[in-house]
Amino acid sequence: MVSKVLRAASAPVRLLLLGAFVWLGTACVQAEEGPVIAAAADLNFALTEVAQRFRDVTGHTVKLTFGSSGNFFTQITNGAPFQLFLSADEAYVQKLAERGLMRDGGALYAVGRVVVYAPNGSPLKVDGALAGVAAALGDGQISHFAIANPEHAPYGRAAREALEAAGLWSKIRPFLVLGENATQAMQFATSGSAQGGIVPLSLVLASQVEGHGTWALLPESSHAPLRQRMALLKDADEVATAFYDFMQTTPAREIMQRHGFILPVSN
Amino acid sequence: MDWTAFALSLKLAVWTCVLLLPLAILIARALAWGRFPLKSVVESLIMLPLVLPPTVLGFYLLVAFSPQSTFGAFLKAIVGEPLVFTFAGILVASVLINLPFAVQPIQRALEAIPPNVREAAFVSGLSRWETMRRVELPLAWPGVVSAIALVIAHTLGEFGVILMIGGSIPGQTRVMSIAIYDNVQAFRTDQAAVMSAALLAFSLAAIALVHVLARWQRTTSHAP
Repeated sequence: MVSKVLRAASAPVRLLLLGAFVWLGTACVQAEEGPVIAAAADLNFALTEVAQRFRDVTGHTVKLTFGSSGNFFTQITNGAPFQLFLSADEAYVQKLAERGLMRDGGALYAVGRVVVYAPNGSPLKVDGALAGVAAALGDGQISHFAIANPEHAPYGRAAREALEAAGLWSKIRPFLVLGENATQAMQFATSGSAQGGIVPLSLVLASQVEGHGTWALLPESSHAPLRQRMALLKDADEVATAFYDFMQTTPAREIMQRHGFILPVSN
Repeated sequence: MDWTAFALSLKLAVWTCVLLLPLAILIARALAWGRFPLKSVVESLIMLPLVLPPTVLGFYLLVAFSPQSTFGAFLKAIVGEPLVFTFAGILVASVLINLPFAVQPIQRALEAIPPNVREAAFVSGLSRWETMRRVELPLAWPGVVSAIALVIAHTLGEFGVILMIGGSIPGQTRVMSIAIYDNVQAFRTDQAAVMSAALLAFSLAAIALVHVLARWQRTTSHAP
C-alpha cells in the first residue's frame, strides 16, 4: 500500500516528503530554550526546586544536567557547552578558573554533609561513629555497601575519608559498590540489594526516598569539608548569570537549607 | 514521559537514516558484487561496531573530537562548534556504530538478485545508475526497509557512546535511553517505566517488521 503510493509519487514529491519528515524531527526538539547548567549529583532534588522557583520569579527556564563533579570537570575541559557549573568540590572549579575557562573564581554556595544509610530490613545499625558498620562487617552481615566513586565524585571521596577515619576502609573495600555519582550510590543504597551506604544528606532528605530506611549524620570532622563552589563559564548568557545571582538570594538559600545543606556566610 | 528526550531520539534516528542509507547502499553494492583488493578487510571493518564495546568507540571519538586535538580543532572550524557534547557529535557516532546494521540487510538483499536480471538491464542499455534505481533497489527494497527498521531501533537503544561523548544535555544529547538512566538515578521510577515500555514496544515492532520482510523476500526471490 505504502509502496504503491510512493511509486505513484514523482521524484520531487518523494524528496519533499523526506524533507518534511526530517524537518518534523528537527522542529520538535527546538522548543526548549535556556542555558545548560551542570550540577553535582547531590543537588538533584534541591536544584530542581530552585530552578522551578527561578522560573516562577523570572519566567526563564534553565536546563539542568546532573552528574559527578569530576566528570563535569573533564567534560568542561573538553569543551562541553555548559554555562554554569555547580561543583560538589571547589577544587574542580578553581582548577577550571586557573585554566581560564570560567568567568571568575565563582562563589561558595553550600557545604555538604554525608550520612550513613541503611534501607529498611537491613541488618545494619546506623550511627555517626560507624560502630554499627564495624559490627555488621565483623558479623559478616555486609555483602554490598554503596558509596560514590571516590576517583571523581567528591561525596565518594568524603565517604572514603570517613571510612578511613573509622579504620574500616581496608575491611569494607571488598564489599564496596561504586556509584558513578552520588545519586547512583544513593539508588544502590536504597535498592535493598546493598545493606547500606554513605551518601549525601541532601539525597536522604528527598521526599522520594523518605521512609525507605534509617540514617545517621556523620560528624563534620570525619572527612574534609565538602565545600561546594559554583562558577559561570566564559560565554555564559544573561539567564545563566541571573540564575547564578538567584542562587545567592534568600529564596534559593532557604530551599538549599531545607535540603540539608549548610550555607556559607553570605558575601 | 520526557517528550524532549523522545523527540531528540526520533531526530537522531531520522538523521542517522538520512545520512547512512545512501552510504550503506553504495557500500552494500560494492560488497555484494564488487571485486577489489582488501575486500575482506573492508567487510571486517564495517562489521566491527557489532562486537566493539561502545565505550571503546566512545573513547576514540572523545579523543578525536576534543577541541584540544588537531583533528578536533579542524572539525570545530568546519562545523562551527565542538563535536563533543553536541547533537552533531552523537549523530556522527550514531552513523558509525550503525554501519553494520544498515549495510548487512541491504547487501543480503542485493546478493539475492539473480545475476541474469542485472545482466538483462545492462544489455538493455541501462546505465549503472538507472540499473540501481530501476532494477536493483526495487528488488532489494525489503532489505532497505529492514535496514531502516534496524537502524532506527538500534539508534533508540544507543547508550554507552552517547553517555561518553554526549553527556546528558537536555535537548542536545539527553536521548530516551539516557533519560531513563537519569530517571532511575533520581528515583523517578514511574517515568523510567513509561519510557522503557515505549522503547520496548518500539523495538518489538521493528524486529517484527524485519522478520516479516525477510520472509517476504525469501518467498519472492524463489519466484522465477
